[in-house]
Amino acid sequence: MSERLTRFFASRWGIILAGAVIGVLAPLLQYLGNPPNMGICVACFERDIAGALGLHRAAVVQYIRPEIIGFVLGATVAALAFREFKARAGSAPIVRFILGIFAMIGALAFLGCPWRALLRLTGGDLNAILGLAGLAGGIAVGVMFLRSGYNLGRSYKTYPAVGWIMPAVMVGLLLLLVFRVKANETSALFFSETGPGSMAAPLLVSLIVGLVIGFLAQRTRFCTMGSIRDVILMGDTHLISGLGALVVVAFVTNLTLGQFKVGFFGQPVAHSQHLWNFLGMALAGLAFALAGGCPGRQLFLAGEGDGDAGVFVLGMIVGAGLSHNFALAGKPDAVVEGVQQIGGISPYGMVAVLLGLAVCLAIGFTMRDKN
Amino acid sequence: MAKQVDARGLSCPQPVILARNAIEEGQFPIEVLVETVTSRENVKRAAEKAGCQVQVEDLGAEFKLTLTK
Repeated sequence: MSERLTRFFASRWGIILAGAVIGVLAPLLQYLGNPPNMGICVACFERDIAGALGLHRAAVVQYIRPEIIGFVLGATVAALAFREFKARAGSAPIVRFILGIFAMIGALAFLGCPWRALLRLTGGDLNAILGLAGLAGGIAVGVMFLRSGYNLGRSYKTYPAVGWIMPAVMVGLLLLLVFRVKANETSALFFSETGPGSMAAPLLVSLIVGLVIGFLAQRTRFCTMGSIRDVILMGDTHLISGLGALVVVAFVTNLTLGQFKVGFFGQPVAHSQHLWNFLGMALAGLAFALAGGCPGRQLFLAGEGDGDAGVFVLGMIVGAGLSHNFALAGKPDAVVEGVQQIGGISPYGMVAVLLGLAVCLAIGFTMRDKN
Repeated sequence: MAKQVDARGLSCPQPVILARNAIEEGQFPIEVLVETVTSRENVKRAAEKAGCQVQVEDLGAEFKLTLTK
């Protein structure tokens, strides 16, 4: 039975099912209270967690998102149920940490992870096209490095307790969220009272959706970066059929729920500075490709015992802190006193994105196994 | 003597790349060692796509895939 299920999840229908389920549930979470075109966004939600913990003080994006907790723990449940939980670590963790930081800086310049880029597109936000083009471009550069021998070395089997660290961190976050710990007025936790951080579907719904998606994605290896990488690297369309299902189903769901509004300017939590939408996601795509997975996939891997993926996740959370503390993240378009103001990133953000690209290229060039 | 590809501990797509390189060299059979079910499935899929027959052996903590053509 277990082997048959494993085979189904590994099949094309398995990955299509995972994409379709995400395609329904993400817009539904938005309908139930999550921010617009942000039913699910791994980067944004990790950024909100960083804010809740006080790692940055941008008051509008602070909340411990139960979806992230669910993703990791759902993957843990799936891995345990199918005997795939395997504690492993040791494949260049410091590099993965740095890649996590710059992946987040890139994603926040665009204002979204690849999942949100797809959800933005299916909600009618045409800026997502620039982001997705950048993402594909970054991944293509990553594939070039993979072809010329880039890899971060082997990971090794380790003590089971190592694999439990990230699931335990998530349980800790859940307890903080439920009990709303706060030592005094000025101390963490912080929860937004306005802005995207204040918009959330009911806790239990978010957590259950997270668990379901975590479970399915662990079984099917759903990965947005891997989808594009596999097509470029070897013409393999297995993973991308899941991505296609997500797009089609999310588009229909958004139309049905009245969440579709087409255009460039003034899209929710988005800016229309095209070049930096493109370059931000190019940085993120390159960092994901070098680290071997999109932010969602890294959470699922962390849930099944991969300590290196856990380090990447922690890098992303720290990256979110840096991004907001140094004012690197994108600012949404706005209408001020009737005048349309295009948002975008500050000159500091531009420097950070370019620096990130340089660092990722250096990693790609210098970490190649010539044999 | 079968050609050995040790892809243990390498994360995807590395095992697939190594297996494909070995397939391109054309010296069969090829034995690929992997540790995770993900790598097992990915290598199996890529090898079958390249026209190989794949035999999988569960060695407990790892899997041995034997590719023949």
